[in-house]
Amino acid sequence: MAETIRLEVSRYRPEVESEPTLQSYEVPYNKDWVILDALNYVKNQIDGSVTFRWSCRMGVCGSCGMMANGEPKLTCAVPLTDYDPTQPIRIEPLQFFPVVRDLVIDMSSFLEKLSNVKPWIIRDDVEATEAVEFRQTPVELDAYKQFSMCINCMICYSACPVIGLEPEFTGPAAIALAQRYNLDSRDKGKEERMDALDAHEGLWGCTFVGECTKVCPKNVDPAGAIQLYKMGSATDYLKSMLLPWGTK
Amino acid sequence: MSNPSLAPTRELKLYRRPISFWWWLDRPAYFKFVVRELTCLFVGAFAILTLLQVRAVGEGPEAYAAFAAMLASPAGIGFSVLAFLAAVYHTVTWFPAVQTTIVLRVGEQRVPGSVITGAHMAGWLVVSVVVAYIVLRG
Amino acid sequence: MAKRSLTPFLWFLFGGGGMVSAMLFPVHILLFGLAFPLGMLEAPGYEWLHALVVHPITRLYLFVFILLPLFHAAHRIRYTAYDLFRVQPSLHQPIAVVCYGAALAGTLAAGYTLLTIS
Repeated sequence: MAETIRLEVSRYRPEVESEPTLQSYEVPYNKDWVILDALNYVKNQIDGSVTFRWSCRMGVCGSCGMMANGEPKLTCAVPLTDYDPTQPIRIEPLQFFPVVRDLVIDMSSFLEKLSNVKPWIIRDDVEATEAVEFRQTPVELDAYKQFSMCINCMICYSACPVIGLEPEFTGPAAIALAQRYNLDSRDKGKEERMDALDAHEGLWGCTFVGECTKVCPKNVDPAGAIQLYKMGSATDYLKSMLLPWGTK
Repeated sequence: MSNPSLAPTRELKLYRRPISFWWWLDRPAYFKFVVRELTCLFVGAFAILTLLQVRAVGEGPEAYAAFAAMLASPAGIGFSVLAFLAAVYHTVTWFPAVQTTIVLRVGEQRVPGSVITGAHMAGWLVVSVVVAYIVLRG
Repeated sequence: MAKRSLTPFLWFLFGGGGMVSAMLFPVHILLFGLAFPLGMLEAPGYEWLHALVVHPITRLYLFVFILLPLFHAAHRIRYTAYDLFRVQPSLHQPIAVVCYGAALAGTLAAGYTLLTIS
C-alpha cells in the first residue's frame, strides 16, 4: 500500500457546533503534492463538506493561507515532504481572525484596515497623471519594490501577537503597503496616510516582534517597512519641532 | 462596518478563539520578544542606580564608600549579574533592530543590514574600551 | 501639516535610550557592578571619580546616560503592560502618563543633581 499521511483538519460548522473540532483524514503522501493538493484530495475524494479558500495554486492570489501545525503557511507553497508522514499535520484557519466556517476566516477587518491606509498613489494633480508618465530611476524603484510584492495573504497577521491582543491594530501588511506608497517617488500622500496611522492602533501599536517578516511567503519585510515608517515619522516630527518654518 | 460593500450578506455566527494569557509561550520568537522587552526593567533600574552613584560621589567619600559597599553586598552582586545579562541581551537584540530603521546607500547599492549591525557591534566594543580606559585611568 | 501625536517624539526618546543603553550599559555594569565589588579589577579612587563626575563633559554624558534610558524603559514598560499583562484599554492612557511621568521625574532629578554637584 502506498504511503499516506494524516491531516487533522479543523472543522467549524456554525449551524451545529459552537466551537471548532478536529477531524482526521488519511491522504496519499504524494511527494509532488503541496498541502493544498492534499486538502483538495480530501474535498474531492473523501469529504466534500470541508470548506477552505483557494484559487491560483501558485502563490499569487494569497487565498490559501492556513495554520499548519501552528505555523501560518501559504498552503499552495508548502510541499507535503516538509512533514514527517508518521505524524499528522494539523490544519487550522489563520489564527487571530474570526472563523466563518472550517478553514475560512472573516477578512473584512483586514480589508477595512487596508483601505484606511490608502494604498494607492495619491497626487492632487490627478488630471496630470492621466496624460503624463512619471519616470523613475532604478534606485527610486528599488526603494519600494520589495514591499510591493505583498499578495495580501494575511499570513503576517497570523504571526503578529499584537493583532491577537489588540484586534484594532492596523497590522503588518497594511502598514507595509502604506509605506510602499510613501517610498514611491511618484506619491504625495504621506501626510494623508499618517493621519490614519499616527495612533496607537496605527503605526505605534507595533512592538517589533518581527515574526511578520519571518513568515512572509513572498519575502516581503513588513517589520522593516514599519520600522522605517516609525523612523521616518519620528524624524519628520523632530524636523517640524526644531525647524517649524522649514516644513512645507 | 464603515464600508457597506464589505459587510457579509447575512448574519454570520463567527468563532473567535480567545487568546491565552500564555500566548508568549506559543512560539520561541514570542518568548524571546518578551525577554527582550523585560530587559528594560534592568535598564531603568541601572539608570536610577547611576543617578544614586553620582549623588553619592557628590556627597563625599563616606557616602560613596557606603554606596560601593551596597553594590558589593550579595544582593548588589545578584542584581549586577542579572542586570549585566539583561544589558548584553538588550545590546545583541538592539543592533539588529537598528539596521531596519536605516537605509544607507553607497552609490546605488543599499548597504546590507548585516554590515550596519556589524558596525554597531564594533562601535560597542570600541566605546566599551574607551569608557573602561577613562574610568580605570585614576 | 496636521497635528501629530506626541508618540513619534516619545519613540525617538525610546530609540535613543535603546542605543545609549546598548552601547554603554554593559561596560558600566561590568565595571561598577561586578569587576570592582568582586575585586577583579582595582577600583579607581574616590578623588578620580569625583574629578570625573564634576567635569562638564562627564556631566553631560551622565545626563544623557540617565535621561534616554529612563524613557526607553518607560516606553517598554508601557507596551509590556499592554501586551503581556493585557491591561484594559481604559487604563492605557493612565499607564502611559505614569510611565513617561516617572521617566520625566527621574530626568529632572538627574538634571538637578548634575547641576548642583560640586
